[in-house]
Amino acid sequence: MVELYILLIFMIVGAIVATELKDLLSSVIAVGAVGLGLSIVFLILKAPDVAITQLVVEILCLIILIRATLKKDIPFATTGRWFLNTLITVTFITMFLFVAAKALKELPSFGYPIMKVAKTYLANGLQQTGAANVVSSVILDFRAYDTLGEATILFTAVIGVLAVVRKIGRKKQDETIEEEDE
Amino acid sequence: MSREHDKGMSVIVKTITRLTIGLILLYGIYIVTHGHVSPGGGFAGGVIIALSFVHLMLAYGKETALKKFPKGLVSFLESTGAVMFLAIAFLGFTGGYFFLNFISKGKPYELFSAGIIPLCNIAICLKVGAGLFAIFVALVLLKLESEEKK
Repeated sequence: MVELYILLIFMIVGAIVATELKDLLSSVIAVGAVGLGLSIVFLILKAPDVAITQLVVEILCLIILIRATLKKDIPFATTGRWFLNTLITVTFITMFLFVAAKALKELPSFGYPIMKVAKTYLANGLQQTGAANVVSSVILDFRAYDTLGEATILFTAVIGVLAVVRKIGRKKQDETIEEEDE
Repeated sequence: MSREHDKGMSVIVKTITRLTIGLILLYGIYIVTHGHVSPGGGFAGGVIIALSFVHLMLAYGKETALKKFPKGLVSFLESTGAVMFLAIAFLGFTGGYFFLNFISKGKPYELFSAGIIPLCNIAICLKVGAGLFAIFVALVLLKLESEEKK
């Protein structure tokens, strides 16, 4: 378990470095180092499915951050109205904390019915689904509703990105709007 | 990372890309199709396939990549993945309930086994790969246009 703690300390140091650096490119590289450390942690904890996914998603995020959004021309609305923004943020955090405090009382205590559901999956997964990879049998057979929700989230995210960055919405007022499909 | 890279990077990068891009695409397809017998699955394999096209776009510029994988095809594949996943789920009603594993299970540890799970993997792969590539293309186009305005 020593290597796990070394990796955790490395990741914490990387995260602190990422927040403290002034240069955006160095900060993105530090975030990437944290993500790669996390994928090795998953590999040590014997979760190769999650490790593969974390690795490839981390690489894609790094490429997108460096190639597409690192330049400074994307406007950020951070100036002005700071009082309203802070007020809205504090209100939402308070609301979420209140609801969470109400909801978390109803949950069973942490780790109480230990491996109760997972025991069934481990014992019957191969016979009931025929999939040798238990993770695959859980996410696509026993818990396929969750995967459907995840696919819906990704679909909505793609639609949202394409709607925000589409060409027609970013015209100045004195420019003529030209219909060009992007 | 700037305007002069629109036409692609240097000869070294282009050569390495030409040698490795087929292997990356093949590894993604392997991860997807063997998702039910070995670690991996639709999400990871779809991201790897998207990364191979992102690799092409970084090395050769956006014209070459969009010629291989045009935007109409991207949106068509993403919608196909979503509809295919839902259709597999609804076909479970032929035997009883939503997401029923209605195809025969086959022998475990073989490639053609586990009923609907490989089909679901392929649907999710189409969806994730095309969706993430579409996001990347949209962000790159946004950046190029905002640089052109200056």
